[in-house]
Amino acid sequence: MILDAKIPAGPLAEKWSTHKFNLKLVNPANKRKYDVIVVGTGLAGGAAAASLAELGYNVKAFCFQDSPRRAHSIAAQGGINAAKNYRNDGDSVYRLFYDTIKGGDYRAREGNVYRLAEVSVNIIDQCVAQGVPFAREYGGLLDNRSFGGAQVSRTFYARGQTGQQLLLGAYSALNRQINAGKVKMYTRTEMLDVVIVDGKAQGIVTRNLETGKIETHSGHAVLLCTGGYGNVFYLSTNAMGCNVTAAWRAHKRGAFFGNPCYTQIHPTCIPVTGDHQSKLTLMSESLRNDGRVWAPKTVELAQKLRKGELKVTDLKEEDRDYFLERKYPSFGNLVPRDVASRNGKEMVDEGRGVGSTGVAVFLDFADAIKRLGEDAVRAKYGNLFDMYYQITNEDPYKQPMRIYPAVHYTMGGLWVDYNLMTNVDGLYALGEANFSDHGANRLGASALMQGLADGYFVIPYTIGDYLAKIGPKPVDTKHPAFEQTKKDVEERVKKLLALRGNKTVDEYHRELGHIMWEYCGMARNEEGLKKAKGLIQNLRADFWKNAIVLGENEELNQSLEKAGRVADFLELGELMVDDALMRKESCGGHFRVESQTPEGEALRDDEHFAFVSAWEYKGDNQPEELHKEELVFENVHLTQRSYK
Amino acid sequence: MSANGMNLTLKVWRQKNAQTAGKFVTYKAESISPDMSFLEMLDVVNESLVHKGEDPIYFDHDCREGICGMCSLYINGHPHGPKRAITTCQLHMRSFHDGQTITIEPWRAAPFPVIKDLAVDRTAFDRIQQAGGYVSVNTGGVPDANEIPIPKVIADEAFNSATCIGCGACVAACKNASAMLFVSAKVSQLGMLPQGQPERYRRVQSMVAQMDEEGFGSCTNTGACEAECPKEIKLTNIARMNNDYFSAKLFRQEELHEQSHGE
Repeated sequence: MILDAKIPAGPLAEKWSTHKFNLKLVNPANKRKYDVIVVGTGLAGGAAAASLAELGYNVKAFCFQDSPRRAHSIAAQGGINAAKNYRNDGDSVYRLFYDTIKGGDYRAREGNVYRLAEVSVNIIDQCVAQGVPFAREYGGLLDNRSFGGAQVSRTFYARGQTGQQLLLGAYSALNRQINAGKVKMYTRTEMLDVVIVDGKAQGIVTRNLETGKIETHSGHAVLLCTGGYGNVFYLSTNAMGCNVTAAWRAHKRGAFFGNPCYTQIHPTCIPVTGDHQSKLTLMSESLRNDGRVWAPKTVELAQKLRKGELKVTDLKEEDRDYFLERKYPSFGNLVPRDVASRNGKEMVDEGRGVGSTGVAVFLDFADAIKRLGEDAVRAKYGNLFDMYYQITNEDPYKQPMRIYPAVHYTMGGLWVDYNLMTNVDGLYALGEANFSDHGANRLGASALMQGLADGYFVIPYTIGDYLAKIGPKPVDTKHPAFEQTKKDVEERVKKLLALRGNKTVDEYHRELGHIMWEYCGMARNEEGLKKAKGLIQNLRADFWKNAIVLGENEELNQSLEKAGRVADFLELGELMVDDALMRKESCGGHFRVESQTPEGEALRDDEHFAFVSAWEYKGDNQPEELHKEELVFENVHLTQRSYK
Repeated sequence: MSANGMNLTLKVWRQKNAQTAGKFVTYKAESISPDMSFLEMLDVVNESLVHKGEDPIYFDHDCREGICGMCSLYINGHPHGPKRAITTCQLHMRSFHDGQTITIEPWRAAPFPVIKDLAVDRTAFDRIQQAGGYVSVNTGGVPDANEIPIPKVIADEAFNSATCIGCGACVAACKNASAMLFVSAKVSQLGMLPQGQPERYRRVQSMVAQMDEEGFGSCTNTGACEAECPKEIKLTNIARMNNDYFSAKLFRQEELHEQSHGE
């Protein structure tokens, strides 16, 4: 089968406008005859639900949290990119496009990325109109900062909590539509399956987390805006509830999974302190604007620091190795995330790590404080410094932060075409849940941009084309497919609740996380991946025999919620390993040890691997089938990325 | 503290659901590392409960970095525990001492009914926001972002109000279960910004009406809300809201009753 990405023909800069003109429209009076299901209420889902309701569609929105405002987009810290060129520093739509394609190590589609850069400017306008309080200068105009992988300042921000402010903006737009009766909001409701009727997605099956009631909902289209799957690693910067279940259920109903092995390990997170650790906290990439990353120059010095024989403030300038500045003089501390992460790991592997565990490097603000003053540093990063202090009990104004890479984002996700539709008709994926715009590595401040681009400015156009084609004939839950899918869900719940073994679900999750981090983390090789595959298969088999899932369905039951999610992670983990094994090249966040330049940088193999992998589910415990979407580059010339 | 960490006694509110009466149950938390977060300590207790076949303690939580507003917990008489300006998920066990007894309760307020154990229903907050916590602009067709200059001090002050995470600690801290701090934060944010002016007086009336309908109590300017707010939202927001509200009630009641012409 040939995967058709439906990228419009024509010059890059005209693709989206031409496409918009060619898309069919639904007339305003007919829009109210269509129901659209939106699962997830983060930036992508919240923006989509609000925008579609404003157009006149009837929207049913779902989230598993107690309020749409809790979606994990809220935790994004640093900022959002937009090609406004307000700084007069040479930015343009084309430059943002180019930086994003290059940052993604040439594994994203030109058409999608250009559109993303193009609508980025509208996003900022929209958010400001909603009352999002972005940082401003004394003249009253918007401020910008720079971010990794770019040499212009194009990142808009709201202190260290940009995601919160943007999400609250989308949440307010959503609230307005709930109040207007155009959005029906279902909170504490988890999607457990998608209903396919005659090849089209026409509904979902949900479980009310408070009552356990399993219900069906119908719609003319289903939008999955359910975020990423970083929690497959157990420890990540994701919220505790982030999961792959909605996307994975859709995958098992026929939607292809794109590039599952592309995960982003963020270089600056607070290091692990012990086995009790439940999650990791990010320290925004924006800190690398003013913070300098370093490790002790020698193993001996590092050992002394770890033992407490030396204090970090005792180390003289010549004892410090600012390794990013040394190795990458032109980008310095602002190299892309994958590059910074691998270099941090290298320091630790060499024995130059710091902190009591030795698994960390320093991020130092002494120079910035000297240059700008403590108050200016506090104004920029105050909440991040406080957060660091709360967790570590160390004052980053007085001594450098200790940081280490952690799983942060997943570039892979459901395969979608240019319209954001999966290969299943009527089933869409937006935001982090899809695979489409970041290639093999996402640049900082681009996740917020993509989520809002998909929700505010792409789906409102593309969905109309599909809806116009299928017509407003009512869909309802009477079709036998609804009953059957509901029965499947109920049986699965029953099967989970029958598990009364001797190991908790968290224990399985932690073990899976160890396997993924060890063998499918920052560096991967064939031998390790093969080993991981076997380990995951065994762990999964063991889970279905020996896990403990307490309680019953008809109550708020966290054991059951977690068990369902971890069971899906146990399947996804194997697919990630398969994908990583198949992709013998290194690219972006996917570093195959066998494929590196003499300097230890990721070495792509464009001849054999310039494609998107899209995996088709073939049945339980069956190998998945690989489909390839060749990536066509008509505008950029593929080069070995260099940030030196 | 022993070499293996702290040993603590927990008195935890357990309640099967809204219809059933709840009670305190005592648990031992053993070998707790001071580096653990409070919620990680509860994870440890829950893991041991599950191993014993007992129902784990239900508590709301999600981001575990102090921003989503999902975690709650009334710890030793304080919402989000004894430390100022942090959420429960940011509270670490180094703030407690070996041998201590810790009492853990849900938010106690009539508009926040208990769902199970330590989790309460805070959808009343959403309904207040739905009543008017927005600027009525549709997607698209808005002016260029820099066409709306906003003095930095105003933008910064609006930002301070906008940092509310909607956790409900203010209500839990208040003897009257008043939601004034929460509501005034949104009213202030939008009321200070030029984008919020056209609906300024409509908004405050709609939101306050919904707040009253939900059954939140009156404000007596005690300030417990401000003292316990993890995001340090200031009482001045309430003053701003009162100002707008009285002004609206005296001169602009009609704005509330005007029909919206937008879709």
